[in-house]
Amino acid sequence: MAVVSAEPAVVSEQLRVVRGGRPALDQLSATVRRGIVTGLLGPSGSGKSTLIRSIVGVQVIASGSLRVFGLEAGSAALRSRIGYMTQAPSVYNDLTVEENLRYFARILRAPPQRVDELIEAVDLGAERDRVVDRLSGGQRTRVSLATALVGGPELLVLDEPTVGLDPVLRRDLWELFDSLAAGGTTLLVSSHVMDEARHCAELLLLYEGRLLATGTPDDLRRRTGGDDLEDGFLRLVEEARA
Amino acid sequence: MSLGSAWATALRVFAQLRRDPRTIALLMVVPTALVVLLKYMFIDDPGVFDRIGVPLLGLFPFITMFLITSITMLRERTTGTLERLMAMPMAKLDLLVGYGIAFAAVAAVQATIVSLVAFGLLDLHTAGPRGLVVVLAVTNAVLGMSLGLFLSAFARTEFQAVQFLPAFVFPQLLLCGLIVPRDQMARALEIASYFLPLTYAYDALLRVGEDVLDARLVLDVAVVLALTVLALGLGAATLRRQTP
Repeated sequence: MAVVSAEPAVVSEQLRVVRGGRPALDQLSATVRRGIVTGLLGPSGSGKSTLIRSIVGVQVIASGSLRVFGLEAGSAALRSRIGYMTQAPSVYNDLTVEENLRYFARILRAPPQRVDELIEAVDLGAERDRVVDRLSGGQRTRVSLATALVGGPELLVLDEPTVGLDPVLRRDLWELFDSLAAGGTTLLVSSHVMDEARHCAELLLLYEGRLLATGTPDDLRRRTGGDDLEDGFLRLVEEARA
Repeated sequence: MSLGSAWATALRVFAQLRRDPRTIALLMVVPTALVVLLKYMFIDDPGVFDRIGVPLLGLFPFITMFLITSITMLRERTTGTLERLMAMPMAKLDLLVGYGIAFAAVAAVQATIVSLVAFGLLDLHTAGPRGLVVVLAVTNAVLGMSLGLFLSAFARTEFQAVQFLPAFVFPQLLLCGLIVPRDQMARALEIASYFLPLTYAYDALLRVGEDVLDARLVLDVAVVLALTVLALGLGAATLRRQTP
């Protein structure tokens, strides 16, 4: 059973972020509860990556407030508590799987055996000495994921970790996310595939930089009166437009 | 600032270089080949080879490290690894010092190899201590590295970064006194040359070559070091944790 603390891991209030002269997030108020997997869903360009970048502290915020574990997003004290997986696998392509993880482990002061554990956890044992450049897309994603896990973060923020992966790998990753959440880690996982929502305990639905809906997958099914979350989401978009 | 992170970064850069033996070969072979070329260009006038051999030997590492650093740092920005590092508990200086350690070591090897060939095989004469030429070459490499690091922030593609070599390095090579003594240039250019880092790097090499180990040499080296620190500081300022 997941440990769900009363105080949320992330709280945003009236958050506004401007990118390229246009509001990428507009008056966004949302919370991410601790110890569960929260899905951040919405179409491409809805502001998912911007919200994720804001939470990990690499995005300039225009106005509003964004707090992570009670601290202002971007605080130096948060950097060792958040694991971040960028949308494109951002690891060194000319290093092996192990060399990549060893480097980030040294930066995060993680014990050396942590690298071995993670290589097993993401099932890259056979690829450990291979240069990332020569790995498949799915393997590269897993290197990037392992990198986000190196510091044993309390909050793990993953930007579209399952996009473009085969069904078996997707299932394995969701199992990994569940086991991390069961161990007390808070996860925020973004996706533009609505089908992924069923794996999440809670959902944040974004559309054009605004929060369209929030709740459990069942809540959303009930609200939109259908079994299919994708149809439900489309119905909410139509309502918002009307 | 953490020496652990800086050292880890230096080791990481070494590991990356090791994966790219062709680059290492080019780094060592190209300047050596160019010195050989110079030797035989001035085969009938060895005095010229002696006069420009030492300064060129000390300036090669500046040029190569400038280029390598600007491309490497640009890659770090465009592949997202910089964003990842900036989201981690890592000081900007750790990254810069890590690069500094790695590239200074490469420059030291490069300068040593070129010196061995130039002094040992090509009979390059210098009045001053040869070891000092290698030391200055490494200092210049670190200067080139810090300038490349700073300027890489203004390039968005590798094509642009490569163009910074003719844009920022060639004018300095032309005006530093290597081709024409600075006091023979138009007054405006002579004044301009005082504001260019390579002027001081060249002057120091010239003095060591002529064994004029005076206060002006100390000043030259001090200016090169100060400009290195300044460029590193400006470079650190361009590494933004938060981007718009």
